[in-house]
Amino acid sequence: MSKLMNKHSYEVHSDNVEPLTILSPEGEVVNPDLMPELSDEQLKELMYRMVFTRTWDERAVNLGRQGRLGFYAPVSGQEASMIGSEYALNKEDFICPAYRDMPQIVWHGLPLYQAFLYSRGHQHGGQIPEGVNVLMPQIIIGAQILHATGVAMAFKKRGEKRVAITYTGDGGSSEGDFYEGLNFAGAYKLPAIYVVQNNGYAITTPYSKQTAAQSIAHKALAAGIKGVQVDGMDVLAVVKAVSEAAERGRNGEGATLIELLTYRFRPHSLSDDTTKYRTKDEESEWTQKDPIIRFGKYLDKKGLWTEEDTARVKEEAKAAVNDAIKKAEATEKMTVGGLIDSMFENTPAHLEEQKADF
Amino acid sequence: MAQMNMLEAIRDALRTELKRDDNVMLFGEDVGHTGGVFRVTEGLQKEFGEERVFDTPLAESALAGMAVGLGVQGFRPVAEIQFVGFIYEALDQMFVQAARMRYRSGGRYNSPIVFRTPFGGGVKAAELHTDSLEGLAMQTPGIKVVIPSNPYDAKGLMISAIRDNDPVFFMEHLNLYRAFRAEVPEEEYTIPLGKANVVREGSDVTIVTYGMMVHTSVKAAEELEKEGVKVEVIDLRTLMPLDIDTIVESIKKTNRVIIVQEAQKTSGAAAEVIAQINEKAILHLEAPVLRVAGPDTVYPYAQIEDQWLPTPARIIAGVKKVLDF
Repeated sequence: MSKLMNKHSYEVHSDNVEPLTILSPEGEVVNPDLMPELSDEQLKELMYRMVFTRTWDERAVNLGRQGRLGFYAPVSGQEASMIGSEYALNKEDFICPAYRDMPQIVWHGLPLYQAFLYSRGHQHGGQIPEGVNVLMPQIIIGAQILHATGVAMAFKKRGEKRVAITYTGDGGSSEGDFYEGLNFAGAYKLPAIYVVQNNGYAITTPYSKQTAAQSIAHKALAAGIKGVQVDGMDVLAVVKAVSEAAERGRNGEGATLIELLTYRFRPHSLSDDTTKYRTKDEESEWTQKDPIIRFGKYLDKKGLWTEEDTARVKEEAKAAVNDAIKKAEATEKMTVGGLIDSMFENTPAHLEEQKADF
Repeated sequence: MAQMNMLEAIRDALRTELKRDDNVMLFGEDVGHTGGVFRVTEGLQKEFGEERVFDTPLAESALAGMAVGLGVQGFRPVAEIQFVGFIYEALDQMFVQAARMRYRSGGRYNSPIVFRTPFGGGVKAAELHTDSLEGLAMQTPGIKVVIPSNPYDAKGLMISAIRDNDPVFFMEHLNLYRAFRAEVPEEEYTIPLGKANVVREGSDVTIVTYGMMVHTSVKAAEELEKEGVKVEVIDLRTLMPLDIDTIVESIKKTNRVIIVQEAQKTSGAAAEVIAQINEKAILHLEAPVLRVAGPDTVYPYAQIEDQWLPTPARIIAGVKKVLDF
């Protein structure tokens, strides 16, 4: 209490938060007590998925430049946040993603070619297969936060041991929908997990201009839900935090806000230039925290992963991306008639008539 | 048969559906314990429990967005927006998120949601409680727009709206909640969405209208009857989809038509009805189609709302213009 002595009791105050870290940048375990319970196979699976996703991202950026993909938001740098947070879920848990969160919904079950179709502006990209518990990527920043809130309420009302998880960024945490969603989750004690991937920039606007809050995790305090801050470049820390939050949700202990401190190595989208708003020094500082290198060092020490493994996974990923883009390109094109019929369950007469113009 | 006002008829519809389908749930600001600021949902929490009829924190975007998430999971939410002007806070969730769910997911998900809201002038309410915002919704692909004008229709339309697998914006005119009682069957019945109603038959001129203006138009028609003018009055009941066939049938008989709406004149429902008449019935017209509507201002403070809203006198003047053309 000593550090609070000089504060008045009628002032709201909170201590600083230190991000949850399990691995040092050198891949040493610095917090053995917090280590999530994962088998060697599971550890290897996490690495597999991160390497796969990095390769897929590299290929997707190239496909975008060739005009074979449409809007695409690169993910490199955020693999620990994305892969770790999805890996901590059960298949029955439900993901409400933003547009950059393709890896989470693909690893949750959406076929890769559908992710590419979504990027290419094809409606089939959003036709989530039966049994895959995700929504389509959200474009309106923060809107998905409220959908996750509703999904979580559905689980609670039906007494199902499931959680809803949603993702936004540091920019998204300034939206009204963010505060409203957290507040509802607090008031109804919902099994929801609100993940903020704080990658430092909302397109070009830096975190320093986004908020005066001590951290994004602190925003949980006002909503009366649990807030945690996590090293988002440390996949084990991410798995730990999300597993705990999911456990809390399933046990009826309410919602959690998780701030993941991360960085996107690439631009916001394919049409943005990072040199206009980030320094080389900052970029290289974060590159040294590369989640794949860091986790790779840990696995290497345990004798679970080699350079050859990485090379093999990269080849697998390239082949999978090739197959997926070919399948996406071969998918029958949308028609205006089909579009019209997707507006309502039963197409009203005036819309039916409008088909004649096409 | 029971005598009910429109508010009681809506409550009866909500009760009917809560009983019939466990997935139906009602929520909104003050909806649960108190039964809403107009008591439309009064007693329903007691009858069906807090799990299904409940209050929300005060945030329209969140309550509408929560409805979208619940809808994805198979619930059928009836979400109340306390007053029509508050829908601006929820426009993204209502008109983007709910309305596009079926399209964005290629039919995998849908939004079986009813967004209820009171609206409409003439009751000296506070600012932004009375605006007629149906035109905004009519321009939004993927959402239906329903406005009942009487207790019988209100019950049948609400039941249809709740059973519809697409989102419905259900607007309840404040001036009609307790205006009069009418016979309403106690058993369930539906009135199909997209079907207009000829509330008064006539052969000289057609008035196309909806909501409170049905009653103002009937008053005008009764006055005109004394002068020997036989006016047909059509109550649209659903603005999206619009029942143009019933309007065209009437025009074939009367050859003259005016549209009466409480909303501002430009764009909106009346403009859309005229556009469709132009496409489907222009050769049956003996005169241009006129609009009697509010002027293109903000809905005014209570002091002058009675002058602002269309009156029987303005409607009669409009009818005479098309008769004398």
